[in-house]
Amino acid sequence: MSIIAYIESSNREPKKSAYEVISYAKNISEQLSAELIVVAINVDKTNEISNYGPDKIIVVNNQSIKNFNPKIYAEVIYQICIKNSTNHVILGGGADSKFLAPILSIKLDAGYVSNVVGAPSNYEPFTVKRTSFSNKSFCDVSISSKNKIISISSNSFEKKKIRSNPEIIEFDAEIPDSKITQASVDLSKGNISIADADIVVSAGRGMKGPENWHLIENLASTLNAATACSKPVSDLGWRPHSEHVGQTGKPVATNLYIAIGISGAIQHLAGVSSSKVKVVINNDPEAPFFKAADYGIVGDAFEVVPKLNEKLKAFKAENN
Amino acid sequence: MKILVCISCVPDTTSKINFTNNDTDFDTNGVQFVINPNDEFGLTRAMWFKEKNNASIDVINVGEQSNETVLRKALAIGADRAIRIDSKAIDSYQVAKNISNFIKEKSYDLIIAGRESIDYNGSMVPGMISEILNINFITNCVSLEINGSNATAKREMEGGIETLTCELPLIIGGQKGLVEESDLKIPNMRGIMQARQKPLDVIAPDQSEFKTKTHKFFKPEDKKEIKMVDPDNLDKLIDLLHNEAKVI
Ligand SMILES: Cc1cc2nc3c(=O)[nH]c(=O)nc-3n(C[C@H](O)[C@H](O)[C@H](O)COP(=O)(O)OP(=O)(O)OC[C@H]3O[C@@H](n4cnc5c(N)ncnc54)[C@H](O)[C@@H]3O)c2cc1C
Repeated sequence: MSIIAYIESSNREPKKSAYEVISYAKNISEQLSAELIVVAINVDKTNEISNYGPDKIIVVNNQSIKNFNPKIYAEVIYQICIKNSTNHVILGGGADSKFLAPILSIKLDAGYVSNVVGAPSNYEPFTVKRTSFSNKSFCDVSISSKNKIISISSNSFEKKKIRSNPEIIEFDAEIPDSKITQASVDLSKGNISIADADIVVSAGRGMKGPENWHLIENLASTLNAATACSKPVSDLGWRPHSEHVGQTGKPVATNLYIAIGISGAIQHLAGVSSSKVKVVINNDPEAPFFKAADYGIVGDAFEVVPKLNEKLKAFKAENN
Repeated sequence: MKILVCISCVPDTTSKINFTNNDTDFDTNGVQFVINPNDEFGLTRAMWFKEKNNASIDVINVGEQSNETVLRKALAIGADRAIRIDSKAIDSYQVAKNISNFIKEKSYDLIIAGRESIDYNGSMVPGMISEILNINFITNCVSLEINGSNATAKREMEGGIETLTCELPLIIGGQKGLVEESDLKIPNMRGIMQARQKPLDVIAPDQSEFKTKTHKFFKPEDKKEIKMVDPDNLDKLIDLLHNEAKVI
């Protein structure tokens, strides 16, 4: 029996989320005395992976699948599962993992639970806690099938360093033909994605117009943060849709979420409430967001944000 | 062109989320159910294909009779026919299996579902259907054009957008961008009247296997008291974020 932790990569390196996924899988492998196998596609830098205790690292290096393709990636992982008698596959909450997981679940005839936020609370039946109703609640879900797939929410499980000396195996996967062609890719320049960021600076209609967003971008750049916005801001075309966060936009689960000129409507809060620490800057002391935040400043964003940025720059200069 | 739109019926986004039966069931008391927002963007896109390419639109839901109000709304927006598979939705697998069984003998060119539903947020049903039926699948889909038997779609990925092409049939997980918020239509009186005459077929589920089961719901713990910081004392905020919260 074995457990697979599938990790996403970028530029041939594991993504930050990888270590959370491996730690989650490591915990299960210890409970079940099963072998832990980390599976990575097109990755060279496997050193750091060994700090999280896998027994094996299986790498698939193949130029023909350098672009992510969910059907092909699911097929490759499936082949590895079959070869290694795998019953549990653990993935992260990244867009690619969530794209391929339902496909893999059918191949493996596995029960699949996504948005998982805690280690299994029970193994008979196998039970995990996940978010539901867009973070307005949680629920315990059990999986009854023999094979199981778990996709964990980012920032929900602690990384734990356990040094191991894994065998590294190159797997020669059979690659099926793709029926979908990538015609082009448009990468957003220089920005940190909301999913990858430790800090997100988010702004709402209180910023009055797109011409004022340099204040938000400057603050984000000082903090090495991603930028996000409320729904009306993207609907008005002030910012791209990819920045829309909330119940109907992207979920946010960062360490620090700074909300500027955002009222804190229920749909907005639903999507961002899993962030660990929330700071609100709003000139209306009655804004509902103050009820859901950790730190608050009642003040005019146009004054507070530039001042805060200067002070943070000084702080960063001192602490680096 | 034949289009099938998968509709999930979800609590209105402003709903208070409460539970009953010892926290084992969602409390529907006083809750208004609506078309899942991601599905509504898809349905609206389908309407565009109906007007431009003369497509026909069926909508489908796996659920209980109470969902018919929401299906009637989809008919009022402009779908031609609604299908309800008469079964309580237990998990995504059971829903995907039933919808796939329905699709199997039909010849839909395009199947539109949402990227995720806003109740269980699973992001599972369209992907599962695509694998059960072995058809092309694109999720986080923010743009879709059809030209004859070819589709061109844009997918939002982490850090950018990719443009993908493939042949029909195709199933997508749609979201905002397929159409804009301002394109969404509130059904007019005529649409609502017509919807009453349109077929809403109820069919029996042909399989009821599920693989996961929800046991108990929890509400998030109460938030601790907020700490207010004077806008003239921003050093205090930096101190709190650095020394207390340890996030910078
Ligand atoms: C079906 C549905 C789904 C939705 N999904 C989402 C979602 O996913 N995400 C989302 O964000 N919203 C969503 N909404 C919209 C949501 O209900 C709110 O309308 C929206 O979040 C409000 O955005 P806002 O806070 O930017 O704007 P507003 O509510 O207009 O708030 C602006 C805030 O800025 C403050 N302000 C003004 N001037 C200043 C200043 N100079 N300095 C500091 N503060 C200032 C004001 O006090 C106010 O609190 C959804 C709505 C519906 C109906």
